[in-house]
Amino acid sequence: MIAEIGHFALIAAFLLAGLQATVPLYGAHKGDRGMMELARSTAVGQFALVLLAFAALVNAFVTSDFSVLNVAQNSHSTKPMLYKISGAWGNHEGSLLLWALILSLFGAMVACFGRNLPPSLRARTLAIQGMIALGFLAFMLFTSNPFDRILAPPSDGAGLNPLLQDPGLAFHPPFLYFGYVGLSISFSFAVAALIEGKVDAAWARWVRPWTLAAWCGLTVGIGLGSWWAYYELGWGGFWFWDPVENASFMPWLAATALLHSAIVVEKRDALKSWTILLAIVAFSMSLLGTFLVRSGVLTSVHAFATDPERGVFILALLAVTVGGSLTLFAIRAPKLQTTGVFQPISREGALLLNNLFLSAAAATVLLGTLYPLFLDVLDAGKVSVGPPFFNATFGPLMAPVLGAMVIGPFLSWKRADFRQAMQKLWLGVAAAVTAIVLVLILSGVEGILPAVGVGAAVWIICGTLLELADRVKLARVPLSESWRRARRTPRAAYGMTVAHLGVGLVVAGVLGATVFKTESIQNMKPGDVVDVAGYTFTLDRVERLNGPNYQAERAVFRISTDGEQFATVNAERRAYPVEGDTTTEAGIHTTWVADLYAVVGEGNPRDGWTTRIYHNPLVPWIWLGTIVMSLGGVISLTDRRLRIGAPSRRRAPTSGSSSPAPAE
Amino acid sequence: MRRLLYFLPLVICLGIALFFYRGLDLNPRDLPSALINKPAPEFSLPALPGRDIQRADDGLARTDLTTGKPVVVNVWASWCIPCVAEHPLVDRLAKREGVTVHGINYRDRPDAAAAWLKRLGDPYAKVGKDESGRVSIDWGVYGVPETYVIDGNGVILYRHAGALSPEILERKILPLVKGGG
Repeated sequence: MIAEIGHFALIAAFLLAGLQATVPLYGAHKGDRGMMELARSTAVGQFALVLLAFAALVNAFVTSDFSVLNVAQNSHSTKPMLYKISGAWGNHEGSLLLWALILSLFGAMVACFGRNLPPSLRARTLAIQGMIALGFLAFMLFTSNPFDRILAPPSDGAGLNPLLQDPGLAFHPPFLYFGYVGLSISFSFAVAALIEGKVDAAWARWVRPWTLAAWCGLTVGIGLGSWWAYYELGWGGFWFWDPVENASFMPWLAATALLHSAIVVEKRDALKSWTILLAIVAFSMSLLGTFLVRSGVLTSVHAFATDPERGVFILALLAVTVGGSLTLFAIRAPKLQTTGVFQPISREGALLLNNLFLSAAAATVLLGTLYPLFLDVLDAGKVSVGPPFFNATFGPLMAPVLGAMVIGPFLSWKRADFRQAMQKLWLGVAAAVTAIVLVLILSGVEGILPAVGVGAAVWIICGTLLELADRVKLARVPLSESWRRARRTPRAAYGMTVAHLGVGLVVAGVLGATVFKTESIQNMKPGDVVDVAGYTFTLDRVERLNGPNYQAERAVFRISTDGEQFATVNAERRAYPVEGDTTTEAGIHTTWVADLYAVVGEGNPRDGWTTRIYHNPLVPWIWLGTIVMSLGGVISLTDRRLRIGAPSRRRAPTSGSSSPAPAE
Repeated sequence: MRRLLYFLPLVICLGIALFFYRGLDLNPRDLPSALINKPAPEFSLPALPGRDIQRADDGLARTDLTTGKPVVVNVWASWCIPCVAEHPLVDRLAKREGVTVHGINYRDRPDAAAAWLKRLGDPYAKVGKDESGRVSIDWGVYGVPETYVIDGNGVILYRHAGALSPEILERKILPLVKGGG
């Protein structure tokens, strides 16, 4: 009965989305206040209905209602409660429902918090949002209904892929989708602006918090996914350039570029059509990811069960959304007037450079991901583009971004003095060069690239802190004056500082994981000892234990240094009888500057067990860095002066140009 | 001219959409039908060094597929995640079901590949290293992992692209190898 309520709620939401997509658009065209206001009530109503449907699905999973096909295929009565709940979105239909939920959530938030938006812009934005919802709800109702019943319910379910039964992955999709789908709002704002034919500083300021919120979610989501890969796949890596990982990374790159170009629109009234294009592209990349994961055109470990009918439907949805918006872009964008002009060496110039390279990086990842498909379609043979391609292309494209992100905030708008900026940065340059030289001399690693990488991380962290010091005139004015300046610095500026520090941490972590790790593989029996990077690992015992829905072999390692034991880690191999699979759980002890990482492989008491032990320096910083980056985004979001209480259009242009240009 | 530039994103997007539409009909997990029930391509690969000594004496060649007994050929690489996911099944196929499984190590560093086998277990009878990927292209390998079932005379009976699943193993592969090819 409850499943039918969910199904019914979906149908009602679909009908409401139809209203939301059409009436306000017509109302905005005619200038009819009432029709425009309908956008808000329908957006909120749609959210309430989709939420009800979602609650009905979660309920079916929690109560193990195997008369619902989706539950029978993806759940099992012995599964722990957390995974029963997360199982609701661990499959194609349920994840689509989560998609629709977040889509309507963003619509409802604009309806509730966007009070200062001009009525016509708000009505058009919500109408576009309604169109997207209409497409996705139709997709669900016609091809992927999560509430389908089975006539003869099985006595128990088929279980969830054990690799997915993990706390990291339980929360990964909600964050990721928050980011993916949140970009729909930037897209809707962009299309609404194209319809209105007006893009100005106020518009950029309204779009920014939504993009920022989505970006934060996406950053955390990608971080969680990579953390999961790190400890669950059990071989020390954190990023594999898998098509599905790329699918989440491309929107992130585009959204990052969008965040930066929107600043230029806001402060300097330039780069307008470029920013609009980025908003369209960022959400298109999200849709593309959805298509890639569900259509079966590329193979991936993460792919959902696929069927061609669904593929055609999503492709049609993709073509209409992206094709339609880009057509509108092609017609309307040339008419956008730009007043801001700038020299190449300026804050705008640095942001533009950042944009070009981030976009190029996104395009490269796109090419690498789709290349096998292109060749296949052209009948030119089947190939596979592995990590070698991405490693060779992505790093060089990121290098200019990492350089410019430190210098940019020191440059003034419009026209800047490069030499003066570098004079303020001499300490950062010195620190980076020292780091490079030290690494070259001290570490045994060959080649100059690792050293340059360390230099880059030091450069970003020092340069970003120097910018903050320069802003408050630290050591140039009395401390109390610096403190006063620090308190008056807008939160958005702190947001930038924190987010850029996060980037520095991630760069350092990535280097540690790829270049400086130590690895040791051996056969061990209880009592055996292995030394890795100055740490002594003792295999204490291997025991069998029963989990709620698996049996495991657990290897307990004692870790000591200089004869003093300071940690034990448990590495497990789990066998899931229902699903017929095994997974590995790495045992990890983190010191925050390094991870001590142990995995147990096959073995038995007579011959011993294969073990693999890693010392991964700086790796925890990858996840620390992603959290710090999102934290920067959140800090920037709390900048009340500019953000949530979005300013009225009348006030916007003056405050934009007269304030002392906070960088973000 | 400048106005035409604004149409560029649309053109690129339509181009990609066209490829996707064609790509929907091509299942990446399908073998190009040309190779099914045809003899496996002629090839000879050097052995992957660094494996357990007793099995690692020689490489993998076409003659290993014509021993009269059905065999399974599994294409894998240490940098591929789906390979990790399917590995227990390959292991089961070789150790529990007693099927001869040969490996083709695709575009990999030999040391990384050997370490991978040491860690996850080494179910393969022979492993040929295909560092350039040339032999895998002859086989029509689309990506890793891929699994082929070959009858005792070197004829390809079945191919699965992507990670194996218990169902594929039980419903497709086991009947073919146990049915005597």
